[in-house]
Amino acid sequence: MRRRTLLAGALAAAPAAAGAATGCSAGGASARTSDGRTLISYGMWDPLQVAGMKKIIKAFEAEHPKISVKVQVTPFTSYWTTLKTAMRGGSAPDVFWMNAVNLQLYASEGVLQPLDPYLERDKFDMGVHPEELLRMYTHEGTHFAMPKDFDTIGLWYNKELFDKAGIKYPDESWTWDTVRDAAAELTDRRTGVHGIAAEMHNQYTYYNTIAQAGGHVIRDGRSGFGDPRTIDGLRFWTDLIDRGHSPSQSAMADTRGRQLYLSERVAMNYDLSAMASQMYASPAIKDHGGVAVLPKGRERGTTIHGLANAISGKSRNTEAAWQFVKFLGSRKAAEIQAREGVTISSYEGTQDTWVKSMPEFDLKVFTDMLDYAVPYPASKHTAVWENLQPQLLGGPFTGKGGIEDASRTLARQMDLALEQEK
Amino acid sequence: MAVFPSTAAAEQAERRTGAGGRGGSGARSGAGAGPGTTGRGSQRIAYLFIAPIAVGFLVFYIWPLLETFWFSFTSFGAFGGNSWVGGENYGRVVQDVTVGKALGNTLLYMVMGLMTLPVAIVLADLMNRRGLRGVPVYRALYFVPFVTLPAAVGLVWNWLYNGDFGMVNEALSWIGVDGRYWVSDPSTAVYAIGLVMIWSHVGYYLIIFTAGIKAIPQEVYEAAEIDGAGPVRRFFRITVPLLSPSIFFASVICVINSLQQFDLIFVMMSPENPALGETQSVVTLFFKWAFDENSQGAAAALAFLLMLLIAALTYLQFRFQKRWVHYA
Repeated sequence: MRRRTLLAGALAAAPAAAGAATGCSAGGASARTSDGRTLISYGMWDPLQVAGMKKIIKAFEAEHPKISVKVQVTPFTSYWTTLKTAMRGGSAPDVFWMNAVNLQLYASEGVLQPLDPYLERDKFDMGVHPEELLRMYTHEGTHFAMPKDFDTIGLWYNKELFDKAGIKYPDESWTWDTVRDAAAELTDRRTGVHGIAAEMHNQYTYYNTIAQAGGHVIRDGRSGFGDPRTIDGLRFWTDLIDRGHSPSQSAMADTRGRQLYLSERVAMNYDLSAMASQMYASPAIKDHGGVAVLPKGRERGTTIHGLANAISGKSRNTEAAWQFVKFLGSRKAAEIQAREGVTISSYEGTQDTWVKSMPEFDLKVFTDMLDYAVPYPASKHTAVWENLQPQLLGGPFTGKGGIEDASRTLARQMDLALEQEK
Repeated sequence: MAVFPSTAAAEQAERRTGAGGRGGSGARSGAGAGPGTTGRGSQRIAYLFIAPIAVGFLVFYIWPLLETFWFSFTSFGAFGGNSWVGGENYGRVVQDVTVGKALGNTLLYMVMGLMTLPVAIVLADLMNRRGLRGVPVYRALYFVPFVTLPAAVGLVWNWLYNGDFGMVNEALSWIGVDGRYWVSDPSTAVYAIGLVMIWSHVGYYLIIFTAGIKAIPQEVYEAAEIDGAGPVRRFFRITVPLLSPSIFFASVICVINSLQQFDLIFVMMSPENPALGETQSVVTLFFKWAFDENSQGAAAALAFLLMLLIAALTYLQFRFQKRWVHYA
């Protein structure tokens, strides 16, 4: 289990479906079908995207009659352990989903196929994908995966609660101060509504404010949690909890910030773009929900993360696998994916389809924020120092202990962990 | 070192047959021995009989133990292959601040686990009252939690403990007590889990103690009653001392089990829970290192040290049993 952080949103959206669509994941090694076509396997975790992927595969197979692709869905909770074991046993899928947390580990251990030789040979222009994503999937100057989609974080708010409190809706003029004032106004002890959900979640909340404060999480292999600006980014949230304008983290461990927003018990919540379809599916939020760019601190910032398609270093059909990955990175595939409305395709100029798929929400804010988006921080063993965060920051996020001391302790522990990586 | 009373008995029996063999008096060895079987022969048959369990024990306990010991001196690649690193892993175990915390929590789980025993003894005594009806029903009710999957137990209790909608807080509000976020408040989470632990294990010890109480001769109680001892006095002066062999056995099992507390914590604590650090046990830390963070070597070192701790505590318990256990 564990590590439900990244894009797990999409998964959380359909826990039931996740259980149902486990599919078969045994024996991923590529082979030939009886009619002489090369069979490659494709590993992914999100059941919500299976339908769209099948459409893309159909289009691919029409162009490449000699190749056939089989989808293998593994739920996110066991995806990485399964993949690791399959890698050891040599039965990993030929092509599979990769995220930023794991890329450097996989690339440095040599279990991914470097894409550069193919990119040069086929003159494939990677410039069609956002630069932040390309950097995320590059290890020591080599491309190891083809960006597929991306996510940024936006400020989701509840228009009805704003109207009741007589406050103007958030827009790009908002700053941290505006958020603080609004959160205070919107908090209503009588009805139990809080102004905002200051959830202790790296990607959704504090990674964004750390960037906005001018701090950083990791730079040149050292932790940024000792930096006073980083601490400012964390304090933004703990202050909101201390003042009672947000439920404490204890409450949100029992009922997540997203659930509180969906049940209209908080007026504002920082959440993923990929959650749009889930918000859209809730009648109350479809009516009262709205989304704005993240308010400005010292500077603007939002966290960008995206998935990518990688080729297994142990694949026996790398050529066919590359043809498939190349197709997945093309405009045609991106457009099919955008029409499905689950995620924002990373291919330049295909985002509009997604933006227009839910007219009630101003989804354009998510692509507008690309200009100043900060990549999701990662190192070789990202999970090690990510696990330290809830453990050491949990106190301040429940109103126990100062955030400054906690953050400095985290910096020391994280540096020790980073030292181990070398 | 004799591990369990039963093993000790077996050893004694073995010694006896062995002596018989050497003395050459075949007739004395085992009633079940066939015609013409010597003592040595029956000894061989005895080994044959324990072979299945011995093989299983070697393959599933001793071999992994040795392997873990070996792994604790190596570093693992995420995708296979390991290399010798000497004592580095043990160095990490000693230095890591989370280990000390996890060890403290684990000992706290042990203390809470041991609190199951007095509860079980009192319940067993109540259930052995003369004239009590529906004993099998009570026994089943207490035993069901023990045979329920810990994952299910953890999930249901999480609902009960939920700070906003949970039944625990609802019930407390009837008597005017303000509830709290039991499993996500760092100051209560470890006790909330401990309570579930006690609740789900009390049935097991209840069975052990019920059997123990049944073995106490009724005359002793009758004699005490004639001498004017009340129920409380009878409980402390007769039941508890005469039950001490069972209590000893239960406490050994209980210490071994509660030091390895894992599943309830794993199920009840989400990764975002701010109380996670306050509830982490040595085994959940082991799991995190081994399967989440790719440091199987350090995890092996941690597991090995935990085994040593369990062995030491078990040894101490056997060492001090003479002071308080009365074998009738």
